[in-house]
Amino acid sequence: MKTIKVGLGTCGVSAGAQKTYEAIKNEIELQNIQAVLKETGCNGMCYREPLVEVTDEQKNSFVYGEVTPEKAKTIMNSHVLADKPVAEWLVQSTRPSEDDTFFKKQNRIVLRNCGIIDPNSITEYVATGGYEAIQKVLNGYTPEQVIDVITRSGLRGRGGGGFLSGVKWKFCRDATGDRKYIICNADEGDPGAFMDRSTLESDPHSVLEGMMICAYAIGAEEGYIYARAEYPKAVARLKHSIREALARGFLGKNIFGSPVNFSVKIKEGAGAFVCGEETALIASIEGKRGMPRFRPPFPANKGLWGKPTNINNVETYANVPWIIMNGPEAFAAFGTDNSKGTKVFALAGKIQRGGLAEVPMGITINEIVFDIGGGIKEGKKFKAVQMGGPSGGCIPASMGDLQIDYQQINQTGAIMGSGGLVVMDESTCMVDMAKFFLRFTQDESCGKCTFCRIGTKRMLEVLERITDGNGKEGDIELLRHLAYEIKNNTICGLGQTAPNPVLTTLKYFPEEYEAHIREKRCPAHSCSALLTYSIKADACKGCMACAKACPAEAITGEKKKAHEINTAVCIKCGKCLETCKFNAVIKN
Amino acid sequence: MLQKEEIRRDNINDTFSNFKVELWRYQGERGALIPLLQSAQETYGYIPESAIDHISEIVGIPSAEIYGVITFYSQFRLKPMGKNIIRICDGTACHVNASTAILKTITDELQIDSNETTEDGLFTLQTVACLGCCSLSPVIMINDETYGRLTPKKVQQLLDEYRNADGNGG
Repeated sequence: MKTIKVGLGTCGVSAGAQKTYEAIKNEIELQNIQAVLKETGCNGMCYREPLVEVTDEQKNSFVYGEVTPEKAKTIMNSHVLADKPVAEWLVQSTRPSEDDTFFKKQNRIVLRNCGIIDPNSITEYVATGGYEAIQKVLNGYTPEQVIDVITRSGLRGRGGGGFLSGVKWKFCRDATGDRKYIICNADEGDPGAFMDRSTLESDPHSVLEGMMICAYAIGAEEGYIYARAEYPKAVARLKHSIREALARGFLGKNIFGSPVNFSVKIKEGAGAFVCGEETALIASIEGKRGMPRFRPPFPANKGLWGKPTNINNVETYANVPWIIMNGPEAFAAFGTDNSKGTKVFALAGKIQRGGLAEVPMGITINEIVFDIGGGIKEGKKFKAVQMGGPSGGCIPASMGDLQIDYQQINQTGAIMGSGGLVVMDESTCMVDMAKFFLRFTQDESCGKCTFCRIGTKRMLEVLERITDGNGKEGDIELLRHLAYEIKNNTICGLGQTAPNPVLTTLKYFPEEYEAHIREKRCPAHSCSALLTYSIKADACKGCMACAKACPAEAITGEKKKAHEINTAVCIKCGKCLETCKFNAVIKN
Repeated sequence: MLQKEEIRRDNINDTFSNFKVELWRYQGERGALIPLLQSAQETYGYIPESAIDHISEIVGIPSAEIYGVITFYSQFRLKPMGKNIIRICDGTACHVNASTAILKTITDELQIDSNETTEDGLFTLQTVACLGCCSLSPVIMINDETYGRLTPKKVQQLLDEYRNADGNGG
């Protein structure tokens, strides 16, 4: 019997996968087809969603991309019923396909089950070797041995800080306290990062198992998962997974028949980016305003309710069971001297193949953008990648051969962050990008430190004036000065890194700032205040479409004669450019 | 303060709200304030003053402090919301892929700005930092549904769908 799997992660559903799933279900019922229909998470090829995989009787896998309900019907009739795969829609199968390069340079540890198993089924997780690592640990390892394995693997916190996980665990193990807690940070707040959402939606048990191992190593009996409010699907799957694990005795008292107790609670965040910072996150779980506090004391000594607490993020925990099963050496075999293992990157922006890619550390930016990501959309020129979200920075295309590891990324002024990688092309204005991030951090600043609260506001004002065409001589120096003060006079990561997007764009794209300030020109043709629209007389067919679309009635002209834009009335909305079928409207 | 008896009776009548159940379940565990506020918001669509007073009495935290928590988090609302909540993503990837054009379409179409509700109470518009669907940008979320790969035209169609659903009593 054939098995049909539909990817129903948030990315799949927002591309219409639920309708595809229903269409297949209907077809099975209508025609009484003997096939098993399953749901799965995301295999990372978000750019091809909705994805449908057909596995035939010989266990050959055929993955179809961009499957609409109509296409699904054809696939059911042709492939499932008549054994004739629909070749033109296949993106991955026994035969080579152009999409194979998406996977070629990937090594999947965190994403090992994503898009393969049904995330709602603990049975499927167990069938792939799930929950073996925790049993191996309970039956043969002391807590110290677990910490030793994790330390030797070289695993570093994947949330952004990059601190050695084993060392962090040891601090918490060694701390004195009658109770200890562990927390999974699933408050993936960096705009542009979605690997934690995808992992929770596609393989929630791997995260739970990682937490169990950590809890045993540290001596904690209670764990919390702090999940983002914007991820309803991830929260629902986690709740379901916890219930399943409880029912099997994998969670609760005497897990797996051992003397160890461990329970997990979910805390839903309420929308505050700063809660990704560990002391703010703890305050939020305690039901308070999520404001960071000065460290030390670190959470390893004084965390949740004042007790020793270990915090790691989703991706970090998902690595743990694999390391236990395959050994620290196997993990450390991937990567560079200072950064071991793999890292999941979320590819987005102006890239052909947006999605999730898990690659060994040490891979170059160009390999990710071109070999895996398929290059830039619409054949445009690669300009920069933004790494690390609002705390990170823009790395120019000229540094594309840079190896991705913690040290080398830090040297550019950006940070690894949680692994968001937003690709920009020639039409992205770097000053606008810096302004975008500053507005974000300004908005999310908790207000505790003066330099973050007021300094980011002043920086934002300067950037707004530059992109509005009112920049002044001395603005660049003023930005640098403010950035320096903010970095050095704030207590948490949000403030200390808030100026990074401005500093990196100033470092690598100073000419763009200068063009805005001195020539009142946006080289990327992006800042609307600095643009003018005009109509090329020889290309205009006089169809009147733009004149009708113009909300300001700024376009004049008769039928079949070239039109004109009155720049004094034009509000620069760009509707004419969108509407024109003859490419006669140009931005200057 | 809500009497436990009253809630139990409601329970039997099956007319109890989520919020009351949460209040009833509350047994003094620490850190319950945010989940209680969340369930109040889920019940009423926003957090009414009376709910704050209830919670304050039950958990023993002064109302002023509860206000402090409410206003800290962007999820919480002190004013009633529209029937459909549109959350438009202005994360990095969406921004790079012209989410501003999507925002403009919605504000033009509904004649409201971000954080406002339409006069007919059908839509509330919110701008959010990232919905985590970057590979399908630009993205919006209407209630719990996410829609990706949007164009101004598709957004108009979507809004019409929701308007029609309302017209048909949906």
